[in-house]
Amino acid sequence: MEELAHRWSFRGLQPVMLIGELLGGIGLLVYEVLRCIRRRWEGSLIMAQMEHIGVRSLSIVILTAVFTGMVLALQMGSYLSRFGARPYVGRILALTMLRELGPVLTGLVIAGRVGSGITAELGSMNVTEQIDAMRSMGINPVQKLVFPRMVALMVMLPLLTVLADFVGVLGGLFTSVLELNVSGSFFLRSIIQFMRFGDLFSGLGKSFFFAFSIAMIACYNGLQAEGGADGVGRATTKTVVMSSITILVSDFFLTKLFLLL
Amino acid sequence: MESPGFIHCRNLFRSFGEKAVLRGVNLTVEQGETMVILGGSGTGKSVLLKHMNGLIDPDSGDVFVDGLEISHLGEDELREVRKKVAMVFQGSALFDSLTVAENVAYPLYEHAALSLDGLRDRVEEVLSLVDMEGDGGLYPAEISGGMKKRAALARALALSPRCLLYDEPTTGLDPVMTQRINRLIRDVQRKLGVTSVVVTHDIESAFAVADRLAFLQEGQIRFVGTREETKATSDLALHEFLHGV
Repeated sequence: MEELAHRWSFRGLQPVMLIGELLGGIGLLVYEVLRCIRRRWEGSLIMAQMEHIGVRSLSIVILTAVFTGMVLALQMGSYLSRFGARPYVGRILALTMLRELGPVLTGLVIAGRVGSGITAELGSMNVTEQIDAMRSMGINPVQKLVFPRMVALMVMLPLLTVLADFVGVLGGLFTSVLELNVSGSFFLRSIIQFMRFGDLFSGLGKSFFFAFSIAMIACYNGLQAEGGADGVGRATTKTVVMSSITILVSDFFLTKLFLLL
Repeated sequence: MESPGFIHCRNLFRSFGEKAVLRGVNLTVEQGETMVILGGSGTGKSVLLKHMNGLIDPDSGDVFVDGLEISHLGEDELREVRKKVAMVFQGSALFDSLTVAENVAYPLYEHAALSLDGLRDRVEEVLSLVDMEGDGGLYPAEISGGMKKRAALARALALSPRCLLYDEPTTGLDPVMTQRINRLIRDVQRKLGVTSVVVTHDIESAFAVADRLAFLQEGQIRFVGTREETKATSDLALHEFLHGV
């Protein structure tokens, strides 16, 4: 393909080659990570990453979810009032949070906070030859660095999503009671009656996929970073952009899939 | 297949994109000797060195380590080779988040079945080999460039390798520290009998540590010889490189 592009002086194939290279690289990393499942699991490394990725992201996730819930209730309340449908605010808000905004917003926040951090860390290690040093000691960097981060993300992102769902609904409740004059008990009762477990699981299914994507994209970009601080900076930006796009695009297809199930 | 020496590179070719870095390298490093690879910046010395423990695969050609052809081995299969062939990196490549002692203990923890006391003793032992007893608790950010190089050497020595690869071991060090590192490289070779390959463009260091020297230019080994043979070389490019004219 490179020959074709060169022979025809045709640059149109270059983006295709770049995307092919990227997908191939991430595919190889996924294969390496899956092979690690059958090896020794580094419990202490996984726990440290869970603390780093999950616990330290609590405040930003809670803040994002609570204000999203509050503003959603405010917007929906004012709109639904026109049709006399204000009592539905709780159900619509819960449905939106659990199926859509909980997983997507948490995914985006974690892609920004954690994904960029992972790329910066691994990228710095790569440009200072620490990854090569690890390999030269006969230690597999995928097993030591990538696998624990992936497991930690896949455990913590769904948990953070459940928390975001809960806090978002509470934010909505707060606004509904104070601003929309909807009774708190009615708000909660309507949610409990209306929601199904499938709504929660649909959001959780998405968050598993988002966690895996963020981990693979962030680790791949980190391990590929080269050219000093500038290269690490570029890799970090690439991670945030790629993860965000992956989350937003895959969200549509995952929604379609979960609606079919 | 039988191969001469402890490390034997045969007809190595390696390109990065359009740039052909190695263009048919042939080099044999004998058991127990210190081989210095000389060459200007960007001639591919480090690339050649990284072929010797499988960190880089050649596009074509073979690399034999202790009789085993390693260029086509996977990461898992290379583990045993890398226990035998340790490397000291140009920038030391110590793990920032670990102390010096933890850095040294890292390969031991992974590969050697040692008790906690045994681990501590071995760490102290290798740190004393590089004159760093008592510095194990410091982090890489807290120590000088020379100390980092010595700590990196200690880490490389931890698993008692049979061969050490040094990538620019004296770059960026003051003359006193350069001498000290040179002495260490010689001492380690004498005391432990390890085979050493040193990549450098520092001529003084090269002659201080080498048993034999090889000159890499334009992707090929142009010259291999002892110190005396190198000094008396008739190769114009090497002569120019040695005398800076």
